[in-house]
Amino acid sequence: MTPDRFQLQRVLGTTERAVRFAMKPLAGMGFPLRAPTTPRGVIVPDQPDTLGAAYDTEWARRPVATISRSLIVNGPLRLAVGVLTRPRVSGLDRLSALENGDDTMPVVFAANHESHLDTAILIHAIPRCWRRELVVAAAADYFFDRRWKAASASLALNAVPIDRHQTGRRSAETFRGLLDDGYSILIYPEGGRSPDGWAQEFRGGAAYLAQRAGAPIIPIYLEGSGAIWGKGARRFVPGRTQVVFGEPIMPDADMSSRKVAARLGSDVARLADEATSSWWEATQRFARGSTPSLSGPETTSWRRSWALHERRRRTKSGRPRPRPEWPHLS
Amino acid sequence: MPRPGFVLDVDRSTPPMLFWHGERFSLERLPADRSRVIYPAEPHPGLRDVRAEIRRAIAEPLDSEPLAELLNPDMKLTICFDDVSLSLPKMRRPDVRQLIVEAVLTEAAAAGVDDVHIIAALGLHRRMHDHELRHVLGDRVVDSFASSGHLYQHDAEDPDNLTVIGTTDHGEVVEINRRVAESDLVVYANVNQVAMDGGWKSLVTGVASYRCLSHHHNPQSLENTRSLMDRHHSALHHSIWRMGSVLRDHGPRVFQIETTINTDAFPSPFDFLSKREWEWTARDRASYLATSKSLDRTPTRISRRIFHSIKAPYAVTGVNAGFTETVHERTLAEVYRQHVVEVEGQTDILTMGIPFICPYNPDSVMNPILVMCMGLGYMFNMYRGRPLVREGGVIIMTHPTYREFDPAHHPSYIDFFDEVLADTTDPHEMSVKWERKYAEDEWYRHLYRTQNAYHGVHPFYAWYWGAHGRAWASRVIIVGGHPDTVRRLGFTPASTMTDAFELASDVVGTRPTITHLHVPSVLVADVR
Repeated sequence: MTPDRFQLQRVLGTTERAVRFAMKPLAGMGFPLRAPTTPRGVIVPDQPDTLGAAYDTEWARRPVATISRSLIVNGPLRLAVGVLTRPRVSGLDRLSALENGDDTMPVVFAANHESHLDTAILIHAIPRCWRRELVVAAAADYFFDRRWKAASASLALNAVPIDRHQTGRRSAETFRGLLDDGYSILIYPEGGRSPDGWAQEFRGGAAYLAQRAGAPIIPIYLEGSGAIWGKGARRFVPGRTQVVFGEPIMPDADMSSRKVAARLGSDVARLADEATSSWWEATQRFARGSTPSLSGPETTSWRRSWALHERRRRTKSGRPRPRPEWPHLS
Repeated sequence: MPRPGFVLDVDRSTPPMLFWHGERFSLERLPADRSRVIYPAEPHPGLRDVRAEIRRAIAEPLDSEPLAELLNPDMKLTICFDDVSLSLPKMRRPDVRQLIVEAVLTEAAAAGVDDVHIIAALGLHRRMHDHELRHVLGDRVVDSFASSGHLYQHDAEDPDNLTVIGTTDHGEVVEINRRVAESDLVVYANVNQVAMDGGWKSLVTGVASYRCLSHHHNPQSLENTRSLMDRHHSALHHSIWRMGSVLRDHGPRVFQIETTINTDAFPSPFDFLSKREWEWTARDRASYLATSKSLDRTPTRISRRIFHSIKAPYAVTGVNAGFTETVHERTLAEVYRQHVVEVEGQTDILTMGIPFICPYNPDSVMNPILVMCMGLGYMFNMYRGRPLVREGGVIIMTHPTYREFDPAHHPSYIDFFDEVLADTTDPHEMSVKWERKYAEDEWYRHLYRTQNAYHGVHPFYAWYWGAHGRAWASRVIIVGGHPDTVRRLGFTPASTMTDAFELASDVVGTRPTITHLHVPSVLVADVR
């Protein structure tokens, strides 16, 4: 070790000791420098909860926040989506009947959910006329449990908390108000990211919200993001993704939310089939009632994983596979 | 409510009129008190939900069972669609043909039909490029059918895949695509931009052979076509309808789906094109100045690319399906409702600006033969009753008429210009002397069948298209055209509109009446 290194180590050691000495008085101190403890036998009246589903995101839709978000979305987020996920978007022509310039009808976008990247990918895939006024339904217990997380999600993604365990009156009223104000909603009916890459059951929340507000639901199938940064993954593995937009499901007062949710699930499954085969084959299978399930085969985990790998191979999405290298023969 | 078309009498306070000049524009002042301008109607509103309207049309067809009842699992189903010559400019995605084909395929899937072929009915037109097929049919249909070979383009020169299904009482042989002839059901997806399109013409020209087409695409028929936009007074359409009767009696069952579109041809930066000049706002005037001055300084190659990249915001105004003839009558009524403008009397001089595009040069060069075809073939024929110009009158067109050709799309046009037009401009003479040589040329045949070239005989057809206008007018003047090229066409070149009026005075006197056809929007003048 050279003398210079000794000197550097000595300086670092001195600095560490100085910081520890300076913090020592605080370590022993409690209230008021720390939060008070509650005496036994005392019932503290409930403070109104301002986190979770109660978090007020109104500020995130004001002009300053909107402009900031536009910079975030069109700057680093767009770059990240382009570099990491390279999405291929199809089926936008199915939305043409709903697009009408500035007078575009608010809708509910409902997609399968594999990764935290999904929202960033979909924000860029959704046509501009809806993207300008788009809110994202985000899990209240995950994205809104800390103030910094809530503020970040609201600012960067225009996220609005939704209770994923039950669609409460408060959430329903909030989202209906947003739809009435002309905002469209991006929601994941599964309620969370897929644990293994196959979709979970579609819950009725998205259908319930759309039914109440009389807004069309647009099914979206998103493939490949789970392989790039799925649930439990520690690092990104750049790859390709595919986004397929489906035919809008128009609100029908006579249909129950449960039926609409089932229709949504089958439409997304049909889009998944379309992404892995061709539109005509998927249409034929749909007509025969033999569309492959979105939730994968009911079998052992390794076979599910095997089947998932096969599906991703067909869609050319997910992680890039190394090209076979032929030996040099000379 | 859109305002209907009307005729403006030009006076001293009338502003200069907009003229197309190929890939450029100009403003020309017309003489006061003896000129008039025919303006088309404003674009009609489109259907709110086109997909729903298509589903309704095929479920409640005219003079036919619903499509679902015509489908069964063991059948041969063939879907034909109009090629890239419609619409002009190309419409924004999704193209209405995609919506029709997807709706039909959805019904076919529900009925368990497996044997489906999709054929581009392009007649003797060039084969469509992959991106054009995707634009017209959408990625879903192309990805589903192209790789398996079930989506392809009609080949009018493939003897193994053509078959004769009968002969008309006039001796016209009806020879069409074998797969179409042998199908249990043929569904035709049509776009009707003008009254000439649709009806039996869709199939009888779209999937026919050269032999079949030559019965009506000839100088005799086209000189007696009064006009192309009025099928009841068109020799061309009479021949086609006779062939349609043979097809109806001896051919496959046909389920025709026809759509009409409005006249909203250009997106918002070009709003001034379809506005009446005295209603131009400051923004329109600024747009015009910026656009025209920029185009004046832009190389033609680049301005052509800009114009051909325009995607028109057309809206679908009607969908009808069922028996071809009943459907087409409905379609015609809808087209005329949008296009017809009543005009009182004929005129000595007809002026028209020729745009950058005609049905035969999408994504390509508007060569001199196509300038003639567009002016004397299409725009002159935009009438019902009598032509806008009197017999022996003068037609003045504005176009640069550069001697430029697209060698990939129009190879036979180059030789036609250099060889045939150098010899004769008379359609009858060239038909006898030259047509067969070009029609049977092996190299042109090879380019048509394997590349993206129009058939070798196509420049003759383009020339015949203008036969009626050429015979009707005593002089045709092209303002701003390349003099040598214009003379090769048999027309008179002029530098300015004033010069053109001066040249016309030899024929129509010094105070002729003038009528200007205001384009780009389509209109049909109902001349009383």
